[in-house]
Amino acid sequence: MVQRRRLLDFLPHLILLIGVAVVAFPVYVAFIASTWDAATISNGSMPLRPGPHFAENYYRTIFIGTSSSTREPVGTMMLNSLIMALTIAIGKIAISLISAFAVVYFRFPFRMTAFWIIFVTLMLPVEVRIFPTYKIVADLKLLDTFAGLTIPLIASATATLLFRQFFMTVPDELVEASKIDGAGPMKFFVDTLLPLSITSVAAMFVIQFIYGWNQYLWPLLITTKDNMQTIVIAIKKMIVTQDALTEWQLAMATAILAMLPPVFVVVVMQRLFVKGLVETEK
Amino acid sequence: MSDVRLQSVRKVYAGGVEAVKGVSLEIADGQFCVLVGPSGCGKSTLLRMVAGLETISGGTCSIGDREVNEIEPADRDIAMVFQNYALYPHMSVYDNMAYGLRNRGTPKDEIDRRVREAARILEVEPFLERKPRALSGGQRQRVAMGRAIVRKPKVFLFDEPLSNLDAKLRIQMRVEIKKLQRALGTTSIYVTHDQLEAMTLADQLVVMNKGQVEQAGAPITLYERPMTIFVAGFIGAPPMNLLDLPASGLPGLSLASPVSGPVTLGVRPEHLELSTEGGALAVEVQVTAVEAVGAESYIYGALGGQGPEIIVRIPGRDLPAIGASLRAIARSENLHFFSRETGIRLN
Repeated sequence: MVQRRRLLDFLPHLILLIGVAVVAFPVYVAFIASTWDAATISNGSMPLRPGPHFAENYYRTIFIGTSSSTREPVGTMMLNSLIMALTIAIGKIAISLISAFAVVYFRFPFRMTAFWIIFVTLMLPVEVRIFPTYKIVADLKLLDTFAGLTIPLIASATATLLFRQFFMTVPDELVEASKIDGAGPMKFFVDTLLPLSITSVAAMFVIQFIYGWNQYLWPLLITTKDNMQTIVIAIKKMIVTQDALTEWQLAMATAILAMLPPVFVVVVMQRLFVKGLVETEK
Repeated sequence: MSDVRLQSVRKVYAGGVEAVKGVSLEIADGQFCVLVGPSGCGKSTLLRMVAGLETISGGTCSIGDREVNEIEPADRDIAMVFQNYALYPHMSVYDNMAYGLRNRGTPKDEIDRRVREAARILEVEPFLERKPRALSGGQRQRVAMGRAIVRKPKVFLFDEPLSNLDAKLRIQMRVEIKKLQRALGTTSIYVTHDQLEAMTLADQLVVMNKGQVEQAGAPITLYERPMTIFVAGFIGAPPMNLLDLPASGLPGLSLASPVSGPVTLGVRPEHLELSTEGGALAVEVQVTAVEAVGAESYIYGALGGQGPEIIVRIPGRDLPAIGASLRAIARSENLHFFSRETGIRLN
């Protein structure tokens, strides 16, 4: 019996460990590659232990950048990505909170129509409406600006639906108590609804920050200037396919750097994130 | 003056459902009025119309000498205690009580004074910094009451405030609510479906059914002289025995002075006593079940062996055997006669 139990304890762990290895090993290799010099990587004999060029490679990546392909230090790109991801995440949350508030708590004409129109946009992600959206942004002279990069991505049916679902679980009596306590709609929103939504907001922030950070197609279209590039695009650009030598150590360092902010956000928000998805503070 | 006057108040919902069908009611200054009735009788809707949480479809509602039909809930000078307390979960007990005052721009030291006074009266002082979820049901109930009394409103509105508490706490809070209301002298409207709560709390008891007032008055009047069959069956526990008398009479039942026409006879279980003597009403019952509840017992029996069920209350625990035949009598002042067609009292 004891033997069998041990086996049953061991087996799931083994499977999980294999899963972790499958996910983590490429990341590990990327990190190792970012600590060797270009010659060691390109001759195909890179060892699986950290190399001596860690500081040098990361300094070059962050402050100088590759010599040919991106022509801009990755530090700038990280800043660009950060501004884009934060603007998208915060913008999405702000707009969704307000629209969900309107849909749930106000009885205006065509309320359900408005709700369904928002709902239908789930079927129209940026990729589907990319040409008209590009045209609008271009006509508004928003190419190569942060506004052009973020605003078209801000409208979010997902977040609106999530907040709507959450708001509908808030007891009606709280609204009524607020009315009797002399709080108007906006005061109710700020004093009661927002504090109660904090965990949902955190969950949404994690999801939308990563969504924003990982944007590839849209920034590729909208940005043409070197100093507007985002880090995700830079990784692709650094891996040159022509005869030029790919500076693999820098590309790998960029990949590692690109991973850090989303990981940081997930780690910091983890507890709130899980709480926001599974329970509510009521 | 903070009396509440309702004049043929109606509530018609969008779908055409008429929840309240013309209710007129006067609640005097300082009076404790209890609205009672089965679920769906419109009692909560009526209360919510007084609160301003539902619009009034017809008629007028005035608080003091002001008609409040079109006035926002916050400006009606009322405070409400909800069934699930509706405390703000993210605010401390102190903030919960202070919130309404802050929104009205009451000076800080005045808020502090009032909140602490309410906390003292309701014995929630040790919990002022806690969040509602760290409180027990009874404590939350007290905080909800505190939130109402700090405002010093003209009218308290209670919407089944005790139905989420356990039986023991319910009785304790019932007594406290009554005491508090006496002490503050604030006009109160209280909605409940529990007739015991209604009887013990009310100065004026209003029995509602199907959106209409069946009878309003002092609780003891409703108990002694119910004006309709509905009130007769609703007030009192166990309920009044209601027997439909055909013109030919019922087997096993004899009346000293026979009545004519199709009537319903009502007699309360506590007004029936086991006796072999004659009375205004005498019934022969065959025992089908007995319930001993301590100081008294209830005998369930079939009239005349197979007729309708009759409940008789007897003192003590001296229970008859199942199947035994008993004879119970009642005095004439304890008999209630109602018209079978209209349900209205005849005597």
